[in-house]
Amino acid sequence: MSKKRPESEYQKTFAFHFFRWLSGSKDPYLGEVEMHPQKEYQIDPEAALRHEKEHDAILDKVYDPKRNMGMKLFHKLYHATSIIFCLFLIALLLVTISWLPATGTVNRPVNNEVAERYIEKGLEETGAVNIVAGMILDYRAFDTLGESHVLFTATITVLILLRLNKTEKNEAELSDRRFEPKNDAILQLVATFLVPIIIIFGIYVILNGHLGPGGGFSGGAVIGAGLVLYLNAFGFKKTERFFTEKTYKWICFFSLSFYCLAKSYSFYTGANQLHSIIPKGTPGAILSSGLILPLNIAVGLVVACTIYAFYAMFRKGGF
Amino acid sequence: MTAFQIILMGLLIICAVSVSFSKNLLNAILIYMSFSLVMSMLWICLESPDLAITEAAVGAGITSVLFFVTLKKIRAIEAAEPEEKEESKDE
Repeated sequence: MSKKRPESEYQKTFAFHFFRWLSGSKDPYLGEVEMHPQKEYQIDPEAALRHEKEHDAILDKVYDPKRNMGMKLFHKLYHATSIIFCLFLIALLLVTISWLPATGTVNRPVNNEVAERYIEKGLEETGAVNIVAGMILDYRAFDTLGESHVLFTATITVLILLRLNKTEKNEAELSDRRFEPKNDAILQLVATFLVPIIIIFGIYVILNGHLGPGGGFSGGAVIGAGLVLYLNAFGFKKTERFFTEKTYKWICFFSLSFYCLAKSYSFYTGANQLHSIIPKGTPGAILSSGLILPLNIAVGLVVACTIYAFYAMFRKGGF
Repeated sequence: MTAFQIILMGLLIICAVSVSFSKNLLNAILIYMSFSLVMSMLWICLESPDLAITEAAVGAGITSVLFFVTLKKIRAIEAAEPEEKEESKDE
């Protein structure tokens, strides 16, 4: 416990002066130094005009190729150097390509056992009929995890760059539909029919990722496109009933952390030769292929939300 | 390679060249959009429907919409065509 000091004593200490200087509450020159009252700076129009003319004249003289031999030489040298540099770069790349193994030979690094194994044992090991889904969400799930995080990071970056504060946001909301205060009837009618179909198709693509073409990313992009169309037709008021910044935050958090945990589990069991408790199921059934279906759903949610969030932020600077 | 694929590839080259020669930004985006659509058809011909779906959704849909919004934000569409300033975002 420190002793409480009276205010007058505290004001004499160094700490008091230091913090007063730090917060800027007292101007150290005020009352100490003789000062002239300051006048507002006013531009003399004549002087400004004269100054501008002089500036232009100097630029004209300096950059006139007839007067400036060095400039002329520099321009020629610049063009020559740029051409030489481009040729050098092209030659370098061509030489590098010539070092690559020839197309179609047996010794190419592409012709290794990995592709063969994916095709031959893919169905057995991952349980996915669609080999591509088995590859991107099982053999190479780590890549897909990185992709989802890249998308999330991109949204955060856009949010940092385009975010508006409260008043600006209100202004943006008001001016958003300044040129078309009424809703477009044709667009609304078309959207009424199209949006459910688009979203259902997106859900179909996500859920069938392990059975047919598609998967989390493409399905999520389709759903995101549907949401953007809905937003354009009906405005922010309707979409904000079910999609706000909070929704985005929670969906992204849960999807990404679910992905991380699920893949950590399968990496852990795989690396330690343990038996995974997740059943593979019969290939071809909707509930099969282990973790691929839930992972597809997680990726699809992140992608759909990200695309909608991008559009909302580009348009209005927030959700 | 069938004749259909050769036609698609020709279209692809035409689109790619005309994007860079187009002065109007709105036209450039529309051509870019058609480039993506042709590309997605080509993906189906090359037997990769996964990529075709993604290309159609991302390339033709999302990217162009984001370009449109950006053009509106920087007021490039208004300067080019005063009548069409607000129609673009509803693509």
